[in-house]
Amino acid sequence: MTVVSLSDVAFSYGDVPVIDGISLDIEAGEFLGLVGPNGSGKSTLLRLLLGLERPDRGEAHLFGEPAHEFGDGERIAYVAQDVTDAARDMPITVREVVRMGRYPRNLFGRFSDADRAAVDGALDRVDIADLADRRVGALSGGQRQRVFVARALAAESDLLALDEPTVALDAESRDSFYDLLADLNDRGLTIVLVEHDIGVVTARASRIACLNRELYFHGDSEDFAESDALAAAYGANQRVLDHSHDHHDAEAHASSDSEAKS
Amino acid sequence: MTAAIEFLPPLLVVNVLTGLLDWFLVAVDGGFSWVAEATGLQFLGYPYMQRAYLSVLCIGVVGPLVGSFLVYRDLSMVGDTLAHTAFAGVAVALFLDATLSIAVPPLLGALVVAVIAALLVQALVEYTDARSDAALAMVLTGGFALGSVLISLTGGGISVGINQYLFGSLATVSRADIGLLVSMALVVAVAVAVAYRPLVFVTFDETAARASRVHVRVVNTLLSILTAFVVVSAMRIMGVILVAALLVVPVVTASRLGHSFKQSIWYGIVAGEFAGFAGVTLAYLFGLAAGGSIVLVAIGGFVAVAVGLRVSH
Repeated sequence: MTVVSLSDVAFSYGDVPVIDGISLDIEAGEFLGLVGPNGSGKSTLLRLLLGLERPDRGEAHLFGEPAHEFGDGERIAYVAQDVTDAARDMPITVREVVRMGRYPRNLFGRFSDADRAAVDGALDRVDIADLADRRVGALSGGQRQRVFVARALAAESDLLALDEPTVALDAESRDSFYDLLADLNDRGLTIVLVEHDIGVVTARASRIACLNRELYFHGDSEDFAESDALAAAYGANQRVLDHSHDHHDAEAHASSDSEAKS
Repeated sequence: MTAAIEFLPPLLVVNVLTGLLDWFLVAVDGGFSWVAEATGLQFLGYPYMQRAYLSVLCIGVVGPLVGSFLVYRDLSMVGDTLAHTAFAGVAVALFLDATLSIAVPPLLGALVVAVIAALLVQALVEYTDARSDAALAMVLTGGFALGSVLISLTGGGISVGINQYLFGSLATVSRADIGLLVSMALVVAVAVAVAYRPLVFVTFDETAARASRVHVRVVNTLLSILTAFVVVSAMRIMGVILVAALLVVPVVTASRLGHSFKQSIWYGIVAGEFAGFAGVTLAYLFGLAAGGSIVLVAIGGFVAVAVGLRVSH
């Protein structure tokens, strides 16, 4: 089953084109990493495929429906980049946040046994049941990201979209967070994530889409490493963050065309 | 005949409601008088003081209740903005009365204009590129400007009563005001209870809520309208300049104490009630401005909690 289908999608903020002519499909059960330089439109692409923005041109479909008209909120879970800011100040417990996962299914009525079971199951699943009554703001970055994943699991959603979820995490929490995602993906959850660390994402995701306004690569992660898409997308003399081989400059054989884009 | 039948239910409803209000005020009076006699605190027996206490009882609940959904989204200024536009509503009502002899209760004028302003702020933020704080500042000053111009247009005729709307007063809450106040408080409390989940979701994580197909725009509009209700409820006692404090200060105090969000709302209500009752009492005993006393007690409560927490850690 095709979860996401983008065909020739273009989007701009005002006069600034951010996404131009991108077509790609995401099949159920995929683990897709979106990579590209800063300002390459990764987050915007994520918002387009979730139906949070409407493309200026082309079409975005979610589970076969136009993405912006798609109404089954419980099938989609989204962890935005800025979410942790709010989490720090607001007095709210882990359980209260995970319960939000059930809200799309049950926005007004009483919580049923099934709702409560889903919340408890999700807390167990990501190993934070013992933190259920702690304030979210008092947790570490890694624990907090698990809370948001638990919220998605409580929703029993089919698609989990994350925007740079590990950006504030230390290496150890990041690894265990990716272990968790891999495990969930093995059980059939479709995952799309934006990641700045190319080494990590090529090691962990099954598919990679590399973009810089246009799509430079879309395919299996093994093939991505061997392609020159990375250098093309980043352009010459751009520093690429890749923890697996320390920091290094992207190979500088990018065309002048791609330099203009970056 | 049918017309008469159609008119009957609304009339009946009005009668029942006024009856309820009368019964309620008599009961309140009985309660207060009993306490007044038991404690020797004479002022609890005065009807205007009873109405003042009743109003802070209501706004002590709805202020923090609604404020809890504003403060964590950096929307604290919404209350202040709507209060200043509500002032324009008061001026419009007084102006209509002075120039055209159309009697509009000032609080009703305030409510109508504040709700319109709430929708206007929403529209400004959504459909223009105005940043929300700039949009708020425009509506805030615009509302206040409109109010002041209307007042000056009557050649000072209506400016006499304006001070009490600006700074609040204990003595001005009428019986009709109390009816409006209690009903608005009930509407707000019921609305928050019903819409609690979407409100919490949007407050905590608006983007995720939108991705989950919660109607964020509807929730935001509801929140603005509820804020307008709260501001108008509290305006008589607190004054338009200070009214926003009750949406913000108890919530900030409670954020230090509460563990869960629900708990913090309850703490906020406790802090709001404490500030309201202590503030009104101090205002009466020492002849102080009511709104100012309430706000200072609320801020005192915040400082006490902050210091207490520091000491206990």
